[in-house]
Amino acid sequence: MSDLLRRYGLPLTTLICILVVFWLLVLVILPNLYLFENSFRPYLPVVEMGGPKDVYTLKNYMTFVRSPIHITVFVSTILYSCVVTVICFLIAYPLAYYLAKKVSVRSLPTLFLILTIPLWVSEIMRSFAWFIILSLRGPLNFLLINLDIIERPIRWMTGFRSVIIGLVYTYVLFMLFPVYNAIQSLDTNQIEAAEDLGAPWWRIHWRVVLPHAKPGIASGSVMVFMLSAGSILVPTLLASTNSRWFTEIIQQWMFESLDWNTGSAYAFLLLILCTVFVTVVMKIFRVKLSDIAK
Amino acid sequence: MSASVELQDVCADFGGFRAVDHVSVDIQAGEFFSFLGPSGCGKTTILRMVSGFISPTKGVVRIGGRDMRDQRPNQRPTALIFQNLALFPLMPVWENIAFGLEVRGIDRKARRKRAEELLALVDLPNAADKSVGQLSGGQRQRVAIARALAVEPSVMLLDEPLSALDLKLRQHMRTELRTIQKRTQVTFIYITHDQGEALAMSDRVAVMSHGRLQQAAPPRAIYENPANGFVASFVGENNIFSGRLAERNGTHGTFVSDDGAFHGRLGPGDLSDPKLYVRPEHVRLTKAATDHNSLPVQVTDIAFEGNFISIHTQDKAGRIIVSEARNDGSSAVPARGEQMFAIFDRDRAMILSDEARADQAA
Repeated sequence: MSDLLRRYGLPLTTLICILVVFWLLVLVILPNLYLFENSFRPYLPVVEMGGPKDVYTLKNYMTFVRSPIHITVFVSTILYSCVVTVICFLIAYPLAYYLAKKVSVRSLPTLFLILTIPLWVSEIMRSFAWFIILSLRGPLNFLLINLDIIERPIRWMTGFRSVIIGLVYTYVLFMLFPVYNAIQSLDTNQIEAAEDLGAPWWRIHWRVVLPHAKPGIASGSVMVFMLSAGSILVPTLLASTNSRWFTEIIQQWMFESLDWNTGSAYAFLLLILCTVFVTVVMKIFRVKLSDIAK
Repeated sequence: MSASVELQDVCADFGGFRAVDHVSVDIQAGEFFSFLGPSGCGKTTILRMVSGFISPTKGVVRIGGRDMRDQRPNQRPTALIFQNLALFPLMPVWENIAFGLEVRGIDRKARRKRAEELLALVDLPNAADKSVGQLSGGQRQRVAIARALAVEPSVMLLDEPLSALDLKLRQHMRTELRTIQKRTQVTFIYITHDQGEALAMSDRVAVMSHGRLQQAAPPRAIYENPANGFVASFVGENNIFSGRLAERNGTHGTFVSDDGAFHGRLGPGDLSDPKLYVRPEHVRLTKAATDHNSLPVQVTDIAFEGNFISIHTQDKAGRIIVSEARNDGSSAVPARGEQMFAIFDRDRAMILSDEARADQAA
């Protein structure tokens, strides 16, 4: 603190502190606390609020536990978020390696520009674009039929297929950048040393590059997983009747049933269970939180 | 076990820049061979061509008589020790050493055993389960050597591996490396810009400049009979006189400079645009002049270096001439400002042409 004061002076230090406190308190802690408190109260007509029925209860959470359909949706949300994460990794890792170790420094800015251009378009527009691309008489089927790869159009938007495609497209860069950073920090001499000792390319990756990139892969995976599981736009636009995402149920509670209390409980369940899941997976892969923070 | 390495008229270009320029050299099996030169002289490029990370633009690299053109680094019988060692920090010491064996499909127990044997060889027992981060600079050095030896290479390539160590350790590791080389009989190709290292360890030294091989000879020949001015001035110290060659007389000649005429030994080559080189330890300061190679000078500075004393003098033309006297009490050290004669033997003065350059190529 005294260090901050000495470096920036009193006015600037105060400003920085106020902004940090505002960010944490007003934008993060208070809204969550409000939802958390609400999730333990029953959904009541306005006149009964504060009345004798307005007591703390676990009823909202029990709604989830007693609803097999909701549990199924939750499990498939987790499962398909994992699928999205794995696909993102499979796409991002070779690309990240190529960018970090093979591309000349001069062409790197151009390549990164090309990669980030899609981010300039809003998520809704991108999901709509995929809605059009994947539709039964859309450009993708048109292309595949005319290239004689398929004979009749494929119904892409059934099951979780289109949701997975949309989520991968939306979040793959969140995997690419941390993995790129991790591989980039690997001393190229280590790759050459492994090759010099006779290792084929796959062993170099398995024993040298992947272990080094593990923290980057972990942080990319956590981001992609959490964003996918918490995504509402992509599933709403690209899901079919038989693929429901857990966030859609939260949305239904809040905006269709107007039951914010149960909605809050579901939102917290998603947050807590995802956090538990990520923690367990990190334990299995022996990644520490401090590694990710690096 | 060990193999010869032959570079035949090798060139390496990097986008218009010629890093290695028509280098031909034969390295014998079991030889300790050093490439010595300033940074940017192409010595590391040569090493990377032998290990296979760079393909020569022109010319052939042969290891054990076999053309290495289509051989990837992981197919060559070489092991490279990197300047920064490039140990794998996420593996314990023994796995580092056994990595090459792991690649070759040797089972874990045998790998572990071999790693421990190699650790004993490099005088680092009980380090098998340590992490690389726990080791000191010298210990890491030994692990890198053991890791390279584990794959039983025919040729060991070392890229300035001692440059990161402090002086005492560096001197110790010199002896160590030499011992390991003698014990294993592996061909060592050693890259360095440190002439002390090259001279002390090698069977032969190749001096490089601007991508060209200037001279390849045993250390003593490099020092005593340099092929040209670059070798003479890069290896050891020299007093350099410019002027012209006035007269040839068999192996010797008369060299005329602003400071007078001197007799010296003629170097190889056509000796166009020659200079006269005299090493400081061959310059003696006396009170009386001799009949030749004697120059009246005034002592300007005396530097005490420990095992020798470096005496700077200046002649009438303003040239600084450095003389070295051994600090063994045998010679009286003159005082500053004293008038003396700098004398040197005609066999100790070399008349040499400049360094070999690309434009002089046939």
